[in-house]
Amino acid sequence: MAEIQLKALAHSYIANPAGPGDYAIRQLDHIWHKGGAYALLGPSGCGKSTMLNIISGLVQPSEGDVLFDGKRVNELSPRDRNIAQVFQFPVIYDSMTVYENLAFPLKNNKVPAAKIKTRVQEIAEVLEIEDKLHKKAKNLTADEKQKVSMGRGLVREDVSAILFDEPLTVIDPQLKWKLRRKLKQIHEQFDITMVYVTHDQLEASTFADKIAVMYDGQVVQFGSPTELFEAPNHTFVGYFIGSPGMNIVEVERCSGGVRFGSIVLPLEAWQVELLERMETSNVKVGIRPEFIEISPVVSDDTYAAEVLDVEDLGTYKIVTAQLGGQEVKVRQNEEFDAIVGTRVDLSFPKQWLLLYVDEFLVQEQQP
Amino acid sequence: MNKIPDNRAWWLVLPVFLLVAFSALIPLMTVVNYSVQDIFGPGQAYYVGTEWFKEVLADERLRDSLVRQFVFSGFVLLIQIPLGIGVALMMPKSGIKGSLCLILIAIPLLIPWNVVGTIWQIFARGDIGLFGWGINQLGIDYNYTGDTLDAWLTVLLMDVWHWTPLVALLCYSGLRAIPEAFYQAAEIDRASKWAVFRYIQLPRLKSVLIIAVLLRFMDSFMIYIEPFVLTGGGPGSSTTFLSQTLTTMAIGQFDLGRAAAFSLIYFLIVLLISWLFFTAITHADKEK
Repeated sequence: MAEIQLKALAHSYIANPAGPGDYAIRQLDHIWHKGGAYALLGPSGCGKSTMLNIISGLVQPSEGDVLFDGKRVNELSPRDRNIAQVFQFPVIYDSMTVYENLAFPLKNNKVPAAKIKTRVQEIAEVLEIEDKLHKKAKNLTADEKQKVSMGRGLVREDVSAILFDEPLTVIDPQLKWKLRRKLKQIHEQFDITMVYVTHDQLEASTFADKIAVMYDGQVVQFGSPTELFEAPNHTFVGYFIGSPGMNIVEVERCSGGVRFGSIVLPLEAWQVELLERMETSNVKVGIRPEFIEISPVVSDDTYAAEVLDVEDLGTYKIVTAQLGGQEVKVRQNEEFDAIVGTRVDLSFPKQWLLLYVDEFLVQEQQP
Repeated sequence: MNKIPDNRAWWLVLPVFLLVAFSALIPLMTVVNYSVQDIFGPGQAYYVGTEWFKEVLADERLRDSLVRQFVFSGFVLLIQIPLGIGVALMMPKSGIKGSLCLILIAIPLLIPWNVVGTIWQIFARGDIGLFGWGINQLGIDYNYTGDTLDAWLTVLLMDVWHWTPLVALLCYSGLRAIPEAFYQAAEIDRASKWAVFRYIQLPRLKSVLIIAVLLRFMDSFMIYIEPFVLTGGGPGSSTTFLSQTLTTMAIGQFDLGRAAAFSLIYFLIVLLISWLFFTAITHADKEK
């Protein structure tokens, strides 16, 4: 087990990167603490697999350092870093049985035979493949193969960390949920540092205590699922986390607040003050669909909007409304009913109305 | 849907039937025809049943060359398969170096058989051949025209030179088809180089190796021109392999009945052994 620190890390797959666009990972600092269960969340192509491969040593970073417990390991191979990694698609040794597959990493580590036996048995039970131990691995189904792949990562007790690269892609939804719980259990039981790469926010939040959201080669936020939901640090996090994502509206400054179309939103005094000091014109406000209220009465705080669409998603409804030339999504419970084309009155609770300048969240400075 | 029985559909089989007939059945049946008759001339054919077969099987000369043939093919496989795998493993994975290697390695495959025989006939000569002369200069008495062992070694060396590239190319293509993820997983699992070979590369080379073994067995078992040009089957009859014995019998002595009977046996041996190889290898990993 180890604390994994990434220092001023950058990576480009091009030999002589010219600009920021050539980098898969742009200048980032990050620490994965010892024994944590982490998720690395981001869309395809944001650099999350690259980061994982840099941690495991399959890829050498072009700039910066990888530190394990404070020791630089850039030049060490995965073998010497003693790290386990599970890949997106199952990798099994075809000619071996399931048992031999699971025993393989232990054998390579010269673990005594008796120990191998108990350990393989233990992991097979956790993954519920103990009845298949003596089958040839190549005759298994895709999800059983992936369990074997995961098993090979989990059997080793002394690893610095276990890295998962979207391990549940090939597994069907019901089993997915079960295996995620299993991984969580294994984490609690053995207390190993685990980093789990995924593009699925649900997967990330059920598995991890803390989630790092990656966007365009950078970690834009590192926090608990609640923090990511309530205070997205970057417009991308707001948009990416939640379903549907945060409403983000481009606005202009006006006295006492911001304006879009004919709509004027008043802001808190500190927000207005901060805005005045900023020079950029890239100002946005964001609010989660869950936090917008549809008010039964018209008041100074409500804004008249036109209902464009009501989607029934079974347990809740998504109302799309037009407000000041912008579309805004509002989440309502099942009982809500509105006819398309009619008027609703929306209100935006101030504590949930977030201000973004240059795509990053502006927060009140604590005195 | 109603099925209408219409026997005219059988005509559709005709093209395939004709093709197979001309490519295999008719030539083969001529041989079968000769093998069961004694033919002196037009209109003077006598049915002799299995007599030719009995005679051929009892023939000392044929039995000797059959044994030689097995020994030769055995050595060919024992040397060329591991060597081919080894060469393929050492070849650069990609880039200009890889392409260059491929071309260099493929050159022997492009040389016609009788040219290969001639090249080695000269190359291995003690007086004017670089190889033969070099060996003699080292103080080793080497003369492939006079010494049985030297003749054997030269024939084997020639075949290894000519055909190992085929095995190497097949294995190279097999190795390139292994996804990078397997090597990454092995690296993560801390597998040794040997374990990577034994558990990843070798199992994934199996299908190309089946082809390589079959091709090399069949080809070496039917070898004719190269040793014929190089040693002429000598010294004595020490490097006279089956094809050569058979050709001498059929063309040299015009002993068509015996030659036909032996051709059939020859054909059946190749067929049987190829089948055995194939079944043995493909059944080896079936779940018990």
